[in-house]
Amino acid sequence: MVKGATVKGTTVKETAVQEATAPTADTGVLLKDMKVSRGMRVFRVANLVFLLVVVFLTMYPFLNILAQSFSSEGFINAGQVNLFPLGFNTQTYQLILADSVFWRNYGNTVLYTVVATAISMVLTTSFAYAIAKKDLKGRSVFIGIAVFTMFFNGGLIPNYVLITSLGMRDTLWAVVLPNAISVFNLLIMKSFFENMPRELEEAAAIDGLTQYGVLFKVVLPLSKAIVATMVLFYAVANWNSWFQAFLYLDNPDLFPVTIYLRNMIAGVTTAGSAGGTAENVGQIAANIQSVTIVLTIIPILCVYPFVQKYFFSGVMLGSVKE
Amino acid sequence: MAMRLEVPPEAVTTNPPGSKDKPRNKPGGWKLAIKRDWRLYTLVLLPLAYFAIFRYLPMAGNVIAFRQFQPGGSIFGEKWVGLKYVTLFINDPSFWQAFQNTIILGVLTLLFCFPMPIIFALMLNELRSQKFKKFVQTVAYLPHFMSVVIIAGMILQNFSMTGTVNQIANTVFGTTVNFTQDAAWFRPMYISSEVWQTMGWGAILYLAALTKVDESLYEAARIDGANRWQQTWHVTLPAIRPTIITLLILNIGTFMAVGFEKILLIYNPLNYQTSDVISTYLYRVGLESSNFSYAAAIGMFESVIGLTLILSANAISKRLAGTSLW
Repeated sequence: MVKGATVKGTTVKETAVQEATAPTADTGVLLKDMKVSRGMRVFRVANLVFLLVVVFLTMYPFLNILAQSFSSEGFINAGQVNLFPLGFNTQTYQLILADSVFWRNYGNTVLYTVVATAISMVLTTSFAYAIAKKDLKGRSVFIGIAVFTMFFNGGLIPNYVLITSLGMRDTLWAVVLPNAISVFNLLIMKSFFENMPRELEEAAAIDGLTQYGVLFKVVLPLSKAIVATMVLFYAVANWNSWFQAFLYLDNPDLFPVTIYLRNMIAGVTTAGSAGGTAENVGQIAANIQSVTIVLTIIPILCVYPFVQKYFFSGVMLGSVKE
Repeated sequence: MAMRLEVPPEAVTTNPPGSKDKPRNKPGGWKLAIKRDWRLYTLVLLPLAYFAIFRYLPMAGNVIAFRQFQPGGSIFGEKWVGLKYVTLFINDPSFWQAFQNTIILGVLTLLFCFPMPIIFALMLNELRSQKFKKFVQTVAYLPHFMSVVIIAGMILQNFSMTGTVNQIANTVFGTTVNFTQDAAWFRPMYISSEVWQTMGWGAILYLAALTKVDESLYEAARIDGANRWQQTWHVTLPAIRPTIITLLILNIGTFMAVGFEKILLIYNPLNYQTSDVISTYLYRVGLESSNFSYAAAIGMFESVIGLTLILSANAISKRLAGTSLW
């Protein structure tokens, strides 16, 4: 609301100023270097302030969790912890880090992420490469088969029934297979392959390389950027996923860490077996949850700078075609 | 092996560029296509099997909405029961409550979560310091990379009795509210967290579109005396209009599936009245109470509405705006 008002104020003043200056200054560069109108300055400041507020509000929940993870239960329970830890304590960290279930689940998350990403990459790359060939007979049918699933899916129950009857319950396959191909990723990769110069592949074919040879020796080495992007897309999605595991895994030894956290949030478990004395389990729940959240976020935060860059270029690639 | 190696050079010489597509589109061209491209077809096999098993089989599995289903029996059910389950949910008040909640949350999401990224992208675009812009973007994208479980944990903590929102409420109004359990507060809680989560990342496609706006258009506008606001209105917005429409269609397409995983994590029986949506209702009916056929009937209804929505949104935008997904 405030923004709208500022902008309107800008309109009036700016029009006056620019009407005066426009005849003499005929390029934008000149205008920029000349005195900026007061309205414009007000707008810029308001814009800056607004964006700083956005930054703060976005960061706040993370900082709050971090503060809570280091605070003692008394202060959390009194509703006093916000940006900084009160009653500094690292006991909960020690408690969780000593919990073997936590580590086993963490290990599962790593395993599922690696296996699922590998499977996804093999399937996505091979399909994308084939359907990127404009003269492949049946190509449009293949594309149609994939794209239709973006807009219509079987739904929760039939999927559940299927996975169960395939005997995948309580196995890794229930987590890594059902969502192996993301059609969105597939289409990004396809448009990347389509934009590769054809001459390269034709030259390689004349040199006697088979289509496999072309893919492995020519195309993939030139596609490192897109492959890296796709690996990150899939890896982040798999690292964060929980619902497949929640549906199909009953054995706590197989849980990924997201389920460990989910059960904690839902109050099904209290950290490990050692969740403090019985009478204040509810009280320290917030503290334990925060610690678990922090420990789960850390790997994501470590790769985030790279991920973010690749994600942006990946999305750019995907949007180029439209 | 040796024989197969001969094939590609042959194919290359018999198909000079230019006349490439013609022979293969003839009926009966399959033989030739397979002979020439069999390696490509082998690449397609596994992914096609994936789609068949994990995407199309469940679609067919929806027949259990019209059939009696026995857990452990055939995934396509045992015998036809006609519209039994459809009439069952049509007469189920809980279903209609979930239906209503879905519509309301969907509309609120479109109303609040759809425009925010556009505004955010435009504001970022006004920044002159590229470094600061990068910094804001980096921070704003962060929630997108968090697991929904973590997001849910943060929501529940921030809105808890001792959380930040209540700390503020206590300071400003002198009272606290049990946000996470009060049905009246579910929607504000859901929508505000949704905006928090999606605003930054949602801007990314608009920012991508903004980089492609022709700089000379702004220059022309400035020469015509347009101020910044008018430039935004007459140059920037029309330039990103196709992106806006594309994303709007996609958003309408996912309208029915509103935040299933998130709601499942943050709702509780005390706020079902406003928080229970079709997907969570069918989850409870199907997987917690094991009424598979009943839940499948609801799920099918949901999918069909979703498909209808996206098809009509696409058709409408094709006619009115000339932009469409296909």
